[in-house]
Amino acid sequence: MKTGMRKERIDRGIKVRSDSIYALSSWREISYLMAPRALLVGGFLLAPLILYFFPYWQKVLLIVCIYALLSMAFDFLANYVGLVCLGGSFFVGVGGYGAALLNKYLHFSPFLSIPVAALGGAAFCTFFLLPCLPLRGVYFAIITLMYPLMMTRIIEAFELFGGTNGMMDISGFANPWVEQYFLIISTLVFLFALRRLAVEDIGLVIKGIKDNDQSVRASGINITVVKAQALFYASFLGCFAGAYLAHTYMWAGLSMFALDFSIIPIAATVVGGGGSLLGAVVGAILLVPLSEALRAFGPLRIVSYSLILTVVIVIKGEGLLNYLSRKYSQFERWVEI
Amino acid sequence: MLTVRNLSKNFGGVTALNDINFAISKGEILGVIGPNGSGKTTLINCITGFIKASAGEIVFNGRNIKGMQPHNIVNLGICRTFQIMRPYSSMPAYKNLIIPLYGPRARKTGGWRGGGRHGDRNIIALDLLEEVGFERESKVPYKLAGTLPTGYLKRLELARCLALNPDLLICDEVFSGLSMSEIASMVPLIEKLNKSGVTIIMIEHRLKELFKVAKRVMAISYGDKIIEGLPAEVMANEKVKEAYLGADEGV
Ligand SMILES: Nc1ncnc2c1ncn2[C@@H]1O[C@H](COP(=O)(O)OP(=O)(O)OP(=O)(O)O)[C@@H](O)[C@H]1O
Ligand SMILES: [Mg+2]
Repeated sequence: MKTGMRKERIDRGIKVRSDSIYALSSWREISYLMAPRALLVGGFLLAPLILYFFPYWQKVLLIVCIYALLSMAFDFLANYVGLVCLGGSFFVGVGGYGAALLNKYLHFSPFLSIPVAALGGAAFCTFFLLPCLPLRGVYFAIITLMYPLMMTRIIEAFELFGGTNGMMDISGFANPWVEQYFLIISTLVFLFALRRLAVEDIGLVIKGIKDNDQSVRASGINITVVKAQALFYASFLGCFAGAYLAHTYMWAGLSMFALDFSIIPIAATVVGGGGSLLGAVVGAILLVPLSEALRAFGPLRIVSYSLILTVVIVIKGEGLLNYLSRKYSQFERWVEI
Repeated sequence: MLTVRNLSKNFGGVTALNDINFAISKGEILGVIGPNGSGKTTLINCITGFIKASAGEIVFNGRNIKGMQPHNIVNLGICRTFQIMRPYSSMPAYKNLIIPLYGPRARKTGGWRGGGRHGDRNIIALDLLEEVGFERESKVPYKLAGTLPTGYLKRLELARCLALNPDLLICDEVFSGLSMSEIASMVPLIEKLNKSGVTIIMIEHRLKELFKVAKRVMAISYGDKIIEGLPAEVMANEKVKEAYLGADEGV
C-alpha cells in the first residue's frame, strides 16, 4: 500500500445502457466486449485439434462438456429459478438409460436417440419432480437427492435393463471427430440459448419467481407451470449429457446414477461463480481437468481436491468468473488523496 | 359485481373473519376500515385466493371463485396490491412491470393501454410508471426495486395492478407510509381509474383521505362486520368509535 495514495476503481466507458443495445463508439470497444466470448467459443472449438496428440485429454475434454452441461442445469435452477437441485445424476441416469433403450430396441442411431432421449427424459424427470415443486430450499434438494438412489434400488431389485450389469452393446459414434464436435457444439449452443432465454420476458418471470413468487401469482401467472418449464430445460441438459455418455461408453448402467453427477456440478458452479451460466461452465473447465490431474495423488486425490475447493471458496467467495468480469470491466489506478 | 356471503376464516383456533357479508357493484369505490388485526388483509387474501376461506361464498360476475387459484382469479379481473410490498428487488423498477405485462391477463385484454407485444413492453412499463408518479426523466424507474423507498414501492404495487387492466382493484393500504403530498398526488389517480370504469375496494387507515374517494364504507372489528354505509354514518356508529378508541385515532 502506498502512503498518501488510494486505489480508485472506475468503470470502463462501455456500459450496457439498455438490454440489448450497447453504447459503442469504436471497433476496439466491440472487440473488447466480444473478446471473452470469442475466447470461450474459439477455445472449445480448437481444443480437440490442440489435444490431437493427447487422446486421453481429448476424453477429459468430453467430460468437461458433460459437467459443463450439468453445472449449467444446476446454476439455472439454483440462481434463476431458486430451486436447489441435487438430482444431476437423476437426469444423467434417465437420459443414459433412455438412449440405451432407444438404441437397443428401436435401433435409433446416436443422432436420433440422443435428442429423443433428452426430450423424453426431460419430460420424465419433470413429471416425477412435479409434486415437489411447491417445496422450497432444502426439502426440494433432499427429494432430488433421493430420486437417483431410488432408481438404483428399483433397477437392482427388479433386475431391470440388465440389472447390476447394465445395458451393453450400445452403438458408439462412428467417427471420433464427430463424436467430439457433436458434444462441444451442442454445449455451446445450449449455453448461449439458455443465456438468451434468461433475458427474454419468460426469463424475467422465472427470475421473478425467485425474487417474489407471490407477486408473480398476483400477476396472473401460474408459477407451477413456469417452474415446470424451467425444470424441463434444466433436466433436458442433464438428460442430454446422460444420453451422450451412453453412446460414448457404449453402455448404460447404475453408475450413471452416481453421486458425482450431482455434486461436482455444484462445486463447479461455486468455483466459477453462479448466476451467469458462464461461471458454471468455467468452473467445469477448471475442476474436471484438475480432478484428473490429481489422480497422480492416488488416495490423497480427494483430499487435495477438497483443499483446493475450500481455498477458492474462502478467498474468492463470489466465484472466479464474477471476480474476473468485475476486474475486466473496471480500471484500477492509484490516486493521491 | 362481487358478492361475499357468510365468509369465515379460522387460523387454528383464531377466528380472523366471522360471517362477513357484503357486495359491491360495478363502478363503485368501497372503503374498508377497521383497527389493526381486525381481518382486513385476511378478507383480501380470501377473495383473491391467496388463502382458502373456511366457509362461505365469493361470487364474482355470477361465478363462485372460492377455492380457485390466485392466478386464475387475477385472470378473471380481480387484482390486488400487497400491504407489505412485494417488489422484485433484484430487478430495475420498470422491469418489475414486464412480468404482469407478459402474463395471460394483459395479453388477453391488451393490458394497460392495449400494449403488450414483446419489445414494446419496456416502453409501456416506463409509461405506466410515469402514470403512477415515477419521474420519467429521472433515474428512479431504472433503479433496483430493492433500493426504492416506501412511497415508490406502493406506487409500484399499484402499477403492477394497472398493468393487468383490472375490473376490480383491491388496494391494501396504499396510502400508509406516504407523505401528505404523495397521497395528494395519488387520490386523483384513483379517481381517474374509477372514472374509467374500474371498481375499487380500498382498505385504509388514513380515513380522511379514504373518505375523499370512497362513497360507501364498511367497518370490521375482530373479524366481525360492524356496519356499512356512508362515511359519516359509519363514523357516528358507537361500535366503530369504540373499536378505534385507544388504538390509533384513525386519522
Ligand atoms: N397466516 C396467518 N396465520 C395465523 N393467523 C393469522 C394469519 N394471517 C393473519 N392472522 C391473524 O388474523 C387476524 C387478522 O389479521 P389481518 O392481517 O387480516 O389484519 P388487518 O386488519 O389487515 O390488520 P392491519 O391493519 O394491521 O393490516 C390477526 O389476529 C392475525 O394475527
Ligand atoms: Mg392488513
